[in-house]
Amino acid sequence: MDCEQSIREVYLYLDGELTRYRRWQITRHLNRCPPCQQGFDFELELREVVATRCHDEVPDALKQRIAEAIGLVGGPLRPEPLRAVDGDPAADESER
Amino acid sequence: MPYMDPLYSAALRMTRNAADAEDLVQETYLRAYRGFGGFQEGTNLKAWLYKILTNTFINMYRAKKRRPHEVDFDDAEDFFLFRRLGGLEAAEAGKTPEVQVLEAMPESVVKEAIEALPEQFRVAVLLADVEGFSYKEIAEITGVPIGTVMSRLHRGRKQLQARLWDFAVERGLVPRPPQPEPDRSR
Repeated sequence: MDCEQSIREVYLYLDGELTRYRRWQITRHLNRCPPCQQGFDFELELREVVATRCHDEVPDALKQRIAEAIGLVGGPLRPEPLRAVDGDPAADESER
Repeated sequence: MPYMDPLYSAALRMTRNAADAEDLVQETYLRAYRGFGGFQEGTNLKAWLYKILTNTFINMYRAKKRRPHEVDFDDAEDFFLFRRLGGLEAAEAGKTPEVQVLEAMPESVVKEAIEALPEQFRVAVLLADVEGFSYKEIAEITGVPIGTVMSRLHRGRKQLQARLWDFAVERGLVPRPPQPEPDRSR
C-alpha cells in the first residue's frame, strides 16, 4: 500500500465502505506516513465542518401549515411508518 | 413530526430558496402520510422520508431548469483543498493552518458552496456528508446503482473543495494566491 493507493481510497475509507482487511492496510500506511495521515485528518475535519454548518430550523409557520395540511388529508394516519417512531403519540394511539 | 429540521435543511440546499423548500417539505410529509412509495416495516424511516423528498424535488423542480449559477467545474485533484491550504503559515500555535481555515469557514460559505454544485452531485454530497447515509442507502434513495453514487460523491466532494477554496479567497479567509507571472521569466 503506497500513498497513491491510499489517497485513491480516502473516501471509501472515511465512509466506512472498505473491507476490514483493506481498511487495516490503509491504517497501517497512515501510521507510517504523516503527510497522508494529515491529508486524511483534513478530509475528516472538512466533512465535520460541512455537516455542522448545514443545519436550519423549520419555521414555526411551516410546522403549522404542514400539521394543518395533514389534517386536511383526513383519515387515520398510516400506522406503518409511525410505529417506527419512538415517542410519537399518534403511533401510540393507533396501537391501542 | 420526525426529521423535520434535517429534511427542511436538505430541502433548502436542494431548492436554494426558502419558499420552494417549504413547499417541498410540505409535499414530502403529505406524500409520506398518504403512504406514498409503500413504507415497509423494518425499513429505515429516515431513508424512506429522504427518498420521498428527493423524488419530489426531482419531479417538482427539475422541470424548471432554472439553474443560473450551476456550473460543472473540472475535476479537482486529490486533496485539492488540503494542498492549497498547506502552503499557509500557521497563525496560531497548536493547530495546523489548514484546520484553522476550515474552522473559520462561516455557515454561509459552506451552504453556498454546496448549493453551487450540480444537482446530482449536490444531492449525493448532502445525503452522505450532511445526513450520513451509506452508499447503499443513497443508491436506494436516489434510485441509481452504487457505482454511480460513488462517482457522484467523488466528483461532488472534489468540486465542493474547489468552490470552498474560491469562496475562501474571495472572502479573504486565505491570502489571495499570487498570480502567475509568465512574462518575467522570458
